[in-house]
Amino acid sequence: MSIKVRYFASLKESLGCDGVELSGAESLTVQQVWSQATGQITLPDNILVAVNMAYVDQMAEITDGDEVAFFPPVTGG
Amino acid sequence: MIIKLSAEAFEPFEEVKRFQEQQAELAGAVGATSIFIGTMRDFNDGDSVVSMSLEYYPGMTERQLEMIVTEALERWVVLNVLVVHRVGDISPGDPIVLVVVETSHRGDAFDACRFIMEALKSKAPFWKKEQLASQQSRWVENNSKGYAP
Repeated sequence: MSIKVRYFASLKESLGCDGVELSGAESLTVQQVWSQATGQITLPDNILVAVNMAYVDQMAEITDGDEVAFFPPVTGG
Repeated sequence: MIIKLSAEAFEPFEEVKRFQEQQAELAGAVGATSIFIGTMRDFNDGDSVVSMSLEYYPGMTERQLEMIVTEALERWVVLNVLVVHRVGDISPGDPIVLVVVETSHRGDAFDACRFIMEALKSKAPFWKKEQLASQQSRWVENNSKGYAP
């Protein structure tokens, strides 16, 4: 299983990178992807999550080949 | 529906003119056009802001904007929509966003335009980073509420 993890904006700055690739055998939830990717136990409540460019909640299941993005509240317009 | 992200400054009224010229077949059907233009201020949260950079998520940003406009087309009787949004480095006074909604009647034009702007503000993945006059920079953490609480 291979997952592409991406970070944006202030989260990218605070983590010091724009993402990582995860590989492993087991299936994961968004929460578990966050922990494996960042080493932080809890995904902060204000962080938004998208899988394959569509919003999901923190309990969504991730499958092989997914792109998982974490980012802060959006501020466009 | 036309959705554009622009890394260059754009002139909103030129965009509106071009949009209208491209769809001459709608000319007799359009009875109302609502236009929203958002421009960059030189102040925020009590500080002077000298410039701003707008980050986005290529692919997802366009997709979210398409979903928002599609929802507006389902909820109101709308003839056509144009959305233009800046990305990259921006200066005070520069247009950031343009939303144009063409309908037969004004109610649909006002309501669909407002809906698109509010949804864009809360769902479209853009992030602003401000450069302050004090030489510091900071990420804008939240958009203000569009409707009175």
